[in-house]
Amino acid sequence: MRLFDIKRYAINDGPGIRITLFMKGCPLSCVWCHNPEGGSPQPEKLYTRKKCMGCQACVQACPHQALRWTEEQGIVTDRARCVVCGRCAAVCPAMAMEISGKDYTFDEAMREIEKEMLFMDESGGGVTFCGGEPLMHPDDLAEMLDRCGELGIHRAVDTTLFASEAVVRRIMARCELFLVDLKQMDSDKHRAYTGVPNEPILANLRMIAEAGMAFWIRIPLIEGVNADEENIARSAAFLSSIPWERKVVNLLPYHDIGKGKHEKRGSIYNPQHLPMAAPSADTLARCIAQFEAQGITAVVGG
Amino acid sequence: MIMQTETTFSVSRYATEFVPSHAANNYGMNARIKRLRQQSFEAEPSLSIERALIETRFYQENEGKYPIPILRALNFLEICKRKTIYIGEDELIVGERGPKPKSVPTFPELTCHSVEDLHVLNTRDLQRYTISEEDIETYAREVIPYWQGRTQRERIFNHVPQDWKEAYELGMFTEFMEQRAPGHTALDGKIYQYGLLDLKERIAKALSALDFMNDPEATDKQEELTAMSISCDAAILFAERHADLADELSLTEKDPKRKAELLKIAEVCRWVPAHAPRTYWEAIQMYWFIHLGTITELNGWDAMNPGHFDQHLAPFYEREIAAGTLTRDEAKELMSCFFIKVNNHTAPPKVGITAKESGTYNDFTNLNIGGIKADGSDGVSEVSYIMLETIEELHLLQPGSAIHVSVRTPERFLRAGCKVIRQGHGYPSVFNPDVYVEELMRQGKSLRDAREGGCSGCIEVGAFGKEAYVLTGYLNVPKVLEVTLHDGLDPVSGRQVGLHTGDPRQFQSYEELYAAFLKQIHYFVDMKVRVSNYIDRMFAKYAPATFLSLFIDDCIAKGKDYYNCGPRYNTTYIQCTGLGTITDSLSVLRKHVFEEKHFTMDALLKAMEDNFVGHEPMRQFILNRTPFFGNDDDYADEIAVKVFDDLYEAIEGKPNTKGECFHLNMLSTTCHVYFGKIMGATPNGRLAGRAISDGTSPSHGADTHGPSAVIKSLGKLDQTKSGGTLLNQRFMPSLLKRDEDIAKLASLIRSYFALGGHHIQFNMVDTETLHAAQRCPEEYRDLLVRVAGYSDYFNDMNADLQADVIARTEQECF
Repeated sequence: MRLFDIKRYAINDGPGIRITLFMKGCPLSCVWCHNPEGGSPQPEKLYTRKKCMGCQACVQACPHQALRWTEEQGIVTDRARCVVCGRCAAVCPAMAMEISGKDYTFDEAMREIEKEMLFMDESGGGVTFCGGEPLMHPDDLAEMLDRCGELGIHRAVDTTLFASEAVVRRIMARCELFLVDLKQMDSDKHRAYTGVPNEPILANLRMIAEAGMAFWIRIPLIEGVNADEENIARSAAFLSSIPWERKVVNLLPYHDIGKGKHEKRGSIYNPQHLPMAAPSADTLARCIAQFEAQGITAVVGG
Repeated sequence: MIMQTETTFSVSRYATEFVPSHAANNYGMNARIKRLRQQSFEAEPSLSIERALIETRFYQENEGKYPIPILRALNFLEICKRKTIYIGEDELIVGERGPKPKSVPTFPELTCHSVEDLHVLNTRDLQRYTISEEDIETYAREVIPYWQGRTQRERIFNHVPQDWKEAYELGMFTEFMEQRAPGHTALDGKIYQYGLLDLKERIAKALSALDFMNDPEATDKQEELTAMSISCDAAILFAERHADLADELSLTEKDPKRKAELLKIAEVCRWVPAHAPRTYWEAIQMYWFIHLGTITELNGWDAMNPGHFDQHLAPFYEREIAAGTLTRDEAKELMSCFFIKVNNHTAPPKVGITAKESGTYNDFTNLNIGGIKADGSDGVSEVSYIMLETIEELHLLQPGSAIHVSVRTPERFLRAGCKVIRQGHGYPSVFNPDVYVEELMRQGKSLRDAREGGCSGCIEVGAFGKEAYVLTGYLNVPKVLEVTLHDGLDPVSGRQVGLHTGDPRQFQSYEELYAAFLKQIHYFVDMKVRVSNYIDRMFAKYAPATFLSLFIDDCIAKGKDYYNCGPRYNTTYIQCTGLGTITDSLSVLRKHVFEEKHFTMDALLKAMEDNFVGHEPMRQFILNRTPFFGNDDDYADEIAVKVFDDLYEAIEGKPNTKGECFHLNMLSTTCHVYFGKIMGATPNGRLAGRAISDGTSPSHGADTHGPSAVIKSLGKLDQTKSGGTLLNQRFMPSLLKRDEDIAKLASLIRSYFALGGHHIQFNMVDTETLHAAQRCPEEYRDLLVRVAGYSDYFNDMNADLQADVIARTEQECF
């Protein structure tokens, strides 16, 4: 399986202290994505300008002459020539050049998870598979979930639910919790901002709710995208129309944290300049009230 | 008695004026406490020559007339008889070591300040101690001439060997006892059951039981016991003088409420410390008089400590609450008065070159809160919660505080402690009684004595009220490697300070290098032990602590002094510093020089000599491609375990002068900064002059896998082999925002303790730290920040986001 990060002492990805495995590859391409390097299932090269000393060891090491040094931008990669072989990252002393996406055997991944078991046991935590979109790799995910299940580890899957019903059912049988992002109720808008329609997502969400599966709902709240009154009303209405015991949504105010990651990838953040902003205090208060009216508690952050 | 006020105040770490707290709670200081706290805050540290004058005149007249223990006790009596008594406005708990708050006496019998020292102290920028020209003149005329050639420090330095002096000057180790007396102790519960008159009775019995027929030491014992009895009289007299002054003040006091308070103070001071306390108030005042006595008699390291104060006060509190003679608010007010008293006591400043360089820190009185009782049951009481509230509200430099968390400790108490940690004062720190009881028992203490033990100063533990545990100084472990890498030569000074263990360029294997390093470790440990033992006897012979000895079992029963095998347990420690720096350095040598041969020993030594200037790629390679301690990486952690075990082997069991032995301790206090300052660059990429790692913490910024990985690494050490380890963990306030985060922090602590951790403390990161992280990212690679439901390392963020995090931290932290 291919991961682009493993985070220990993860305290935002479900109950207790967790370890979060970031699986590479995602069918969505949300404009605000925090982890754009998780989008492609292929390994990719990241370059951090401020770590670079300008030693140009990478330029020497590149077998395809894809790299050159410029004073203004540091190392510039000719993407047409680069085959992401990783030689540059291997020689970079400062880790300014990195390869995102590392292949782990199941055994190796389990060894990492087992390192954190003490903390999981002590805190009621567990493992969270995140991405990218973990449902994009159902075989790998199912195998890992089965192995964790054998050890009695609490399993959460952080997902968009953009997958076939069969895949969702297969994974649902192997985990205790879904962490679901609810981004936008209007399918056209959803497509505009994420690249995919939302019908499969909503259908899957209804399906898991009706099946009695535990799930948490998190909404990346973005002024200009989904914080408007109509969308929040539709979100609240939808959530109150499905069987759901928890009735808590976490509102995550927009932050352009993804910007820095795009710089590292050499890609452009929000290339179409879609209007996105952090919600104002008034907006937050209004959203909370709207959920409240439907009997849902909205918590900021989490 | 209590005025409830509307606003709660707290004070930011560096500011000296009040700022409104963002963390307002429901309690708040009352007006009296606010005023007392403000005074304590504003009082300027000053030097008082009063004690020195009384003592010098006394010695001039009496030296040679009495055996030394009796001379010391009479000297103490003279000070108690003559020193200025201070009772401040608003005070309920009374007594100061000097003539007023933050006025510090000197101890010329141990070490005598020169006129130049006094001028430096009066004018330096950091930690200034004011003293008038007139006092300096008096000191020069009356004090200095008498003590020249007579001080303890001169006695010591006249005798230590040249190789020791050289190693000491070059920063291989420090010596605690060159300027202060051995202290590091805390009291058990006996002063709440017996007054000094009871102890006098016990002394009289011991005196009458002396066997001059068969016991060759009977004469020495008679002198010591007589001196102890005089010390009791001294402290009773000291308290009575407070009672007299309170009575006198009450005569002219216009405010009837204050008049009543003064009369009450007089009543309390006439009762304690002569008798065992009857009330919660008397219990606190009792302790405070004993505390003052011990720090007036001598200036023992780390002052004094009440030990498990909440456990000692709980019976008084519960009895009085039930009887209706005390309210919770009153109890907290008295506790606050006590805290302010401790804060009033700045440490006595040092002499010599160190007067200029070291901003002398405050004495430590590290309060033990919670923990377990002698019978093994949970020690948390309502007084424990009162203490936590007092810490949070007063936000003082001293007393320090620690919560003690056993498996028996209720989760509610741990979480209440974690909420105070979140405030970002740097305390309370957290201790694990289950492990330190094991540590103490491994050293030979009984189960009961071990359970009554705890931490007194920094992280070192002892059997409270029954042990002299003397910390002798810090060993600069990374510096030993530095010397090893130069065949025993100190590259900073160019002097041969260690053994010739060979040119490291000729070493064929890592094992060969490590063996040379160990040889040097043994060499310096032995050198230090020899001189420590010598100094130990100097104190036993010339500076007995006859007052302190009253409170440490079994000094009275044995008729022997605290410094002379009187206590039930007599332990000596060497504190090793820089486990992170040494581990990472050895890891670099092992992996890159010997195993993978990425660069040669010669190249590395050259780079270190150049302080890595012109070798930045090599340094970056080291920083980024070496397994470092604190990442749950077995490669590095195995090196750490090996070094730790070998330090233990080198120190453990070396005989001290009291029939017991030396043990290993792993702390640095602030010494890692000094040790770093006098060192060149180290193989782990640390630049010359930068601090080495503190305690058993990972090197600054070396831990990049989060706090759970740090804890796993530390958990691999068998910490029961030490008398204490220290783990400092940096935390962003954003990681502790929600109540569920508090629960997770509590779980993190419990996890560490399940792995056998001794101590952990959390420093909430402030904006200053974040700015430093921007300037010097590699030392702050461990800074994990939360941004709206998502965590990332501060270093990995772009400048805009960093600026945003800084702005938000400003709001969140205080």
